[in-house]
Amino acid sequence: MQRAIKKYWPIFVLPTLAAFVIGFIIPFVEGVYLAFCQFTTVRDATLIGLSNFVRAIGDNTFTHAFWYNCAFVVVTTIAINVGGLLVAVILTKAIRGTNAFRTVFFMPNLIGGIVLGYIWQILLNCVLSLLEKPLLALDATAGFWGLVILMCWQQIGYMMIIYVAGLQSIPDTLVEAAEIDGATRWQTFWKVKLPMLMPSITICLFLTITNSFKLFDQNMALTGGQPAHQSELLAYNIYYTFYGRSGPQWRGIGQAKAVIFCVIVVAIALIQLRATRKREVQQ
Amino acid sequence: MKKKLLALLLALAMVMAFAACGPTGGEESPAPGTQTPAASEPAGEEPGGEAAGSVYYLNFKPEQDAQWQELAEIYTAETGVPVKVVTAASGTYETMLTSEMAKDEAPTMFQVNGPVGLNSWKDYCYDLSGSALYGELTSEDYALKNGEEVAGIAYVIESYGIIVNTTLLAEAGYSVEDIQSFEDLKTVAEDITARKGELGFSAFTSAGMDSSSDWRFKTHLANLPIYFEYQDKGINSTDAIEGTYLDQYRAVWDLYINNATCDPAELTAKTANDALNDFVTGQAVFYQNGSWEYANVVGEGKLSDEDVTMIPLYFGVGDEANQGLCTGSENYWCVNKNASEENIQATLDFMYWCVTDETALQAITGSAGAMPSGEAGMGFAIPFKAAPESSNPFVALDAEMTAAGKTPISWNFTTMPSEEWKNMVGSALAVYAADQTDANWDAVVSAFVDNWAAEYQLANG
Repeated sequence: MQRAIKKYWPIFVLPTLAAFVIGFIIPFVEGVYLAFCQFTTVRDATLIGLSNFVRAIGDNTFTHAFWYNCAFVVVTTIAINVGGLLVAVILTKAIRGTNAFRTVFFMPNLIGGIVLGYIWQILLNCVLSLLEKPLLALDATAGFWGLVILMCWQQIGYMMIIYVAGLQSIPDTLVEAAEIDGATRWQTFWKVKLPMLMPSITICLFLTITNSFKLFDQNMALTGGQPAHQSELLAYNIYYTFYGRSGPQWRGIGQAKAVIFCVIVVAIALIQLRATRKREVQQ
Repeated sequence: MKKKLLALLLALAMVMAFAACGPTGGEESPAPGTQTPAASEPAGEEPGGEAAGSVYYLNFKPEQDAQWQELAEIYTAETGVPVKVVTAASGTYETMLTSEMAKDEAPTMFQVNGPVGLNSWKDYCYDLSGSALYGELTSEDYALKNGEEVAGIAYVIESYGIIVNTTLLAEAGYSVEDIQSFEDLKTVAEDITARKGELGFSAFTSAGMDSSSDWRFKTHLANLPIYFEYQDKGINSTDAIEGTYLDQYRAVWDLYINNATCDPAELTAKTANDALNDFVTGQAVFYQNGSWEYANVVGEGKLSDEDVTMIPLYFGVGDEANQGLCTGSENYWCVNKNASEENIQATLDFMYWCVTDETALQAITGSAGAMPSGEAGMGFAIPFKAAPESSNPFVALDAEMTAAGKTPISWNFTTMPSEEWKNMVGSALAVYAADQTDANWDAVVSAFVDNWAAEYQLANG
């Protein structure tokens, strides 16, 4: 068997590798190249150097979107992970109907972002209008919290599943031993369960951070960046620069923004992975 | 041995499956998130193009997709030239055009919306100055020039104003003759609002600021202050607008939002369909929109021809008694210069056929039953010599008004510096509507005046 794998591995790797190269590597490299070009369609790019990056960084809407996005990442990452873990802890207790509850919490994930965005837009606008507050599209703060609520509602269920799996894989012997040693439930949770959960936390943090940075559909449907770009996250800002603006220079600027965005997200994700990996313990 | 064979077989199956995926994946649009709606390929068309050439039209107007598909089939049946028509979903034309243009088989015929749209695509526009199509135009004004070259040709002329439900207006005790100026309109509208409870309807439909409807105000209504300023200065475009008539713009906007079916604070949640529903269900008398809206307003279960008419968008400036509808075009046909010579020729022939052939003209200008299949025609007014009168009453009304010596207002919104400029004005208008303070209006003025100069610089600097 070992020998067979050694011999035939290229055949098994090739399809995926080819798909990855065609679907990811080539577009990525081309995209980076285009960030240094002025172009209308990707076929007729002319190299213009670094000016796209200068203009991208000088764009106030982009810097605003960056900080707005950072705040959004911090809030949603904490809220989703705390919420997800809490629900997971509750649903690993011996209460009736845990499976039904898990399914219900997971369901929002199955709905597409655009649909969710519009549904929540209607719901939140109703509430705001009853409270006689400005609607979502008129108030960037309301838009921000609207996005947070929407993201939490959608993502808590998904993270919950990962945490449930993590909690279930903790050996009973460890928990029992802690109990015998006289640990309170609180101590067991902090000192035994949580360290054992670090692998789940790593993956959940990674997913929530990158998801919040990449958020696009929900942002487009819920607020559309209104009022006047004040509720734009980075991905939507890039899309808008690329497609929403007329004139040949914007495509390149959008592309430059995308490259900057990619570098930032990769850097943050790597730092986070290193930081949490260090805390993972072996059983 | 058996195991080895099985493994080999499996691997082979995997490779085959992948190979089968390959070409299909390659044909798909390169940009993620673009749909390919309503594409029809005439039967028998071989990829790669024939010697006789073929036509690929990327259509801007989703309302007329079915008619274009039918026309394409008829043309193919008559001449054997394959014509493919693809229609972009509403609001996605630029996105679609961008990704389609990057393909090997790019559209040979596409649309731009005027000088600002042309700015993005001028490197792709074939010079139409020598074409037979250009010779068919009734006036040079309908050609879109890029320097000396004719880059685009307007193929449909449209008018907008205020669509009036005359039956409701009569119930309120007025007739359209009573409205000859902005002051008259204001008096009538405010009287209707005052008696709203008793009458059971409002003066205006909701002035929705959702993206499906906000163009009516940030683009079409905003045309008036621009038009009058251009008239005063005798210019056709500018790098910096002064905003001389923004007080009138505010007056009209105030009138719209404070005499409507809904609370002005809720406008950002109101869509184009909401406004249309207000109008066809008789909840409002006035509805600012254009000739293209005729089919939505009149018909079975909707209003009848006797119920509706259109009046000019009175603005309280100039000679209002002789003001006509706002008439112009933002639909220009362009031919892709990078297409092969046969395809360019085939496209030019197809365009010429569209504006000269009897069946095609009937389909493009006719209304109910004008298509050979018995379906409704496109109902356009087109600026070509061979074109019959349009069957659209709003378009006919425009012709009547012009014949009676009224001056139509031209479409100057095609000179607005960018889409971004419009969005910022729209955004500021919505904020102002929710809280009508002078400070919020100053933000509209700033978005109108300061941002014009800034955006013009960005687009042309």
